[in-house]
Amino acid sequence: MKTELTVNGRRERLDADARTTLLDALRVHLELTGTKKGCDHGQCGACTVLVNGRRINSCLSLACMHEGDEIVTIEGLGEPDRLSDLQQAFLSHDGFQCGFCTPGQICSATAMLSEIEAGWPSHVSDDLDRTPELSSTEISERMSGNICRCSAYPNIVEAIKEAADRRRG
Amino acid sequence: MIPFDYQRAASAAEATGLARDGATFIAGGTNLLDLMKLEVMAPSRLVDINRLDLGGIEDTTGGGLRIGALVRNSDLAGDPRVRSSYPVLARALLAGASGQLRNKATTGGNLLQRTRCYYFYDTAMPCNKREPGSGCQAIGGATRLHAIFGTSDHCIATHPSDMAVAMRALDASIEIEDSAGNRRSVAISEFYRLPGTTPHIETVLKPGELITAVLLPPPGGTRQAYRKVRDRASYAFALVSVAGVVEMADGRMKRVALAFGGVGPQPWRNAEVEALLEGKAPSAELFEQAAGLLVAKARTQAGNAFKVPLLQRVLSATLNELTKG
Repeated sequence: MKTELTVNGRRERLDADARTTLLDALRVHLELTGTKKGCDHGQCGACTVLVNGRRINSCLSLACMHEGDEIVTIEGLGEPDRLSDLQQAFLSHDGFQCGFCTPGQICSATAMLSEIEAGWPSHVSDDLDRTPELSSTEISERMSGNICRCSAYPNIVEAIKEAADRRRG
Repeated sequence: MIPFDYQRAASAAEATGLARDGATFIAGGTNLLDLMKLEVMAPSRLVDINRLDLGGIEDTTGGGLRIGALVRNSDLAGDPRVRSSYPVLARALLAGASGQLRNKATTGGNLLQRTRCYYFYDTAMPCNKREPGSGCQAIGGATRLHAIFGTSDHCIATHPSDMAVAMRALDASIEIEDSAGNRRSVAISEFYRLPGTTPHIETVLKPGELITAVLLPPPGGTRQAYRKVRDRASYAFALVSVAGVVEMADGRMKRVALAFGGVGPQPWRNAEVEALLEGKAPSAELFEQAAGLLVAKARTQAGNAFKVPLLQRVLSATLNELTKG
């Protein structure tokens, strides 16, 4: 299957078996190994990437279904000498232990902040119509698709809060 | 994954035409690809319908809503009309899955998602749903997620959706297109089939038929709530859930619609319970009576008998919430 898509701003051409997931295409074909394979069944969130600005589990999507799509991975969010605000906040707050879930956490959090900006409510929002507050409860609920086996959750929540506060000024 | 032929359809006619001989439509793929990796499902062809023009939410002339089959769960939950007029649906969607999955999962796919019965997922086990006639190991086995209504001696699996439970309480109907381009509409109450002796046949969809939309009738002046109980605070399937839609008039319940998740092979409703409540003033005694009537015909296993008292309490709590003040 031939597929053309944009990854981190670069046009890429894939020629892969139809069974190739977006995750495997990124890691194996394009050698972007920042995106991690955890459970490979959409339960852990380690494979989270942005597709046309939205977070998805790249393990539960076929690469050939992404013709023309714009993908952003952890590599596209920032690099060691120019970290994104969330990447810097995870470092400042020690939002990890082993680090395996971190790329997925940061991609997920990046899109999650946009979802809040768009006014999307969550399961724990009291009012479906009001712009949600960024409380710890809201962050935890909205990040429930990303699991951290080291249980660095308190620091992950703090990191996300700080990045969100800075964006709001 | 077992190899398959991949085809991207540009129109509904092309999609239904390609959906022959062991083919399956793929939209979000969040459930289908999971099952294909496990080889629980092994379609010979995937017909990708993501490029079809079925992604819109429109007002209907009757004052309801027409939700395209490809509307993503997150867009549906975030739609201002759904949030203000159908809050039970927004709440049910937000109570399901994770942010990542809701961004991908579609309205049509959510209706058709498969059970999370452990035995259905485990290809080393017999399962009448996965392999007709092979038997059911869930009966007498681990049944925490399993049904207490509508089961048969062949299958006790639940339908896992939250969204469909809200849609059942809202009396939604499902628009279906066949390969000749004919469209029909099926009430959600008629869409799912009970397992009986054929648990592998889950809906009235015929081979090649495509869900194109879900239609919601006007909401009326109703109060709505969705209450879900699960094993963890987020990202887990319902042990028990209740979708309630109640219209009050002069201190009485004029109209009551209640649908239940986590307890049946389809979003469950019980007309007798609704009839008992309608026209009456809310009271703790009445709610207790309704809850007792709801579970009167429950068939339980050792592992899911807890759902009987749990469901009664969740129903009473939901009715309290919907009728107070």
